[in-house]
Amino acid sequence: MTEAVETRTTTYREAMREAIREALQRDERVFLMGEDVGRYGGTFGVSRGLLEEFGEERIRDTPLSEGGFVGAGIGAAIGGMRPIVEVMTVNFSLLALDQIMNNAATLLHMSGGQINVPLVIRMTTGGGRQLAAQHSHSLEGWYAHIPGIRVLAPATLEDARGMLGPALEDPDPVIIFEHGSLYNMESELDGDAPPVDLTSAGVRREGDDITLVTYGGTLPTTLAAADELAGSGIAAEVIDLRSLRPLDTETILASVRKTRRAVVIDEGWRTGSISAEISARIVEGAFFELDAPIARVCSAEVPMPYAKHMEDAALPQVADVVAAAREVVGSRP
Amino acid sequence: MTAPTVEAGDRGAASGAHHPLPARDHALNLLREMLRIRRFEERCVELYSAEKIRGFLHLYIGEEAVGVGVMQALEPEDAVVATYREHGQALARGMSARSIMAEMFGRVEGCSRGRGGSMHLFDAELRFYGGNAIVGGGIPLAVGLALADRMQGRSQVTACFFGDGAVAEGVFHESMNLAALWKVPVLFCCENNLYAMGTALHRHQAQTDLALKAASYGMAAYAVDGMDVLAVEEASRAAVLAVREGHGPVFLELQTYRFRAHSMYDPDLYRTREEIDQWKERDPISMLAIRMEAEGALEAGQMEQLEEEVTAEVDDAIAFAEAGTLEPVEELTRFVHSEEAAS
Repeated sequence: MTEAVETRTTTYREAMREAIREALQRDERVFLMGEDVGRYGGTFGVSRGLLEEFGEERIRDTPLSEGGFVGAGIGAAIGGMRPIVEVMTVNFSLLALDQIMNNAATLLHMSGGQINVPLVIRMTTGGGRQLAAQHSHSLEGWYAHIPGIRVLAPATLEDARGMLGPALEDPDPVIIFEHGSLYNMESELDGDAPPVDLTSAGVRREGDDITLVTYGGTLPTTLAAADELAGSGIAAEVIDLRSLRPLDTETILASVRKTRRAVVIDEGWRTGSISAEISARIVEGAFFELDAPIARVCSAEVPMPYAKHMEDAALPQVADVVAAAREVVGSRP
Repeated sequence: MTAPTVEAGDRGAASGAHHPLPARDHALNLLREMLRIRRFEERCVELYSAEKIRGFLHLYIGEEAVGVGVMQALEPEDAVVATYREHGQALARGMSARSIMAEMFGRVEGCSRGRGGSMHLFDAELRFYGGNAIVGGGIPLAVGLALADRMQGRSQVTACFFGDGAVAEGVFHESMNLAALWKVPVLFCCENNLYAMGTALHRHQAQTDLALKAASYGMAAYAVDGMDVLAVEEASRAAVLAVREGHGPVFLELQTYRFRAHSMYDPDLYRTREEIDQWKERDPISMLAIRMEAEGALEAGQMEQLEEEVTAEVDDAIAFAEAGTLEPVEELTRFVHSEEAAS
């Protein structure tokens, strides 16, 4: 007899906070640092209440020094701690890119396997909140280009709750991207929310007619598009990548071999993007099983504008995904 | 050493005459360590010309007193973060000439299995954390290593080496502030050799008093004659003591000079012959040897004996590197991720 697992309604933000709290409770070596994670409670409210619970040694407010405190996180990880470094947004992470790329991702290889960096970096990403061109971009694909780091994009409450624990157990650096539009997302979550695997893509909806591949902030958009497509008799399968590096190519290919059609939805810019990488992998692995050219729905190649109508036009919308899918399905051989 | 102060007393001092010569064995050891670095690197130049060593090769010749002097103050459990000009620190910290030479030969017997080369020497057991070739890139790492030591209740110190060029990097200032704010146990060792590659200090800094800059972050900062190994050792011992006692970071500006070009690619067009010759008159090795001779701490024939020992060590390192093996190409993608994770 299995005991009924208690479920409750919660938010992505709270799921992430619970994951951090649990990590802090479970392992003395874990600490959180970043801009305004303590007294302010986190720019997006993720760490609210943790300072009172764990004290300022472990919930560590930092100066506005992204290169400095990300580098210090790398050093602390090498020195035996398990830091969670919060960078306020992916845009600010560019100030720390040298540390992430030239140290965190590189030290293990450069030292011939001697120096591993068990560091977790969390940052928000993405647009949709009228924050204009320096707070709205989706640069996950850039990070996915770098060998030596794992890049995660939790798009569900289960993943927000379950990815941090295994990420902290990884002996190497992990970057977790939290799309800003997801924080208020509500759903039911198991009380004992188990850890999740960090390598496989998830099939969020099954269907036989077309594969929609996405991740992070565009998962809700894509699921809404799949609903709409179902209304007109098109059964879309929705793949949530979950991990951008490594990419679970097999799950993508298995779906495409079944549906023979694919649209990739990516909030990054099209040129040189993760959507380009996924398209290439589909072509490399399932070219002869495709019945139609692959389509992509990406952000317009402009710095993000402030005005709402312009921002909406720049970002992948449900209607864009539906239109792209209809066109691909329409081009039956 | 608790209050932020700047002492310029040693600046530009002509000799280390006011630093008493230590016990004979210790003085001899300082001389041997500096000589090891000098002779090791001179052979590296030959091996570079012979195309045994490739890539970038940055020589420490002229600056030996800095690495050797600072290392005297460290305990075995302390950590070191260095730059791409780090053969001297690596040797003085106890890494073998064999493992360093084999690394430069690209052999798997090298300290970093031939993955790093001259600029990326690592030894996890000795807590020697590189070998960082991004100017200033190692400084926040040192802050984090020190933070980890403190959070885990250990009394270790992290010695962080960087040059005057790094002082222009944003991450230098971020790290100075962070270290002082959190009072972490770091000894900042700024090797001021007066040139950021080919750009003279006064051409890249509005304020050329580097200790003054560090002091402005609220840490003790001292300018030290980096050509005098005794001055460096004395300053380092005092600084390490304060750092270990929990008074926060200390900054040493070690005023030194490289006798060779920036790297093997550098035609050295930006300095005058006269300037280089002037600094060579303050060669840290001959200054110490002359002083020891004058005070009867170096017997006749002892210098020759040291030279023979050092030559033998370098010969042995080269033979070891020559006999070394190349890592199989099948192993190319190892160490991108830890093998415990991949398995």
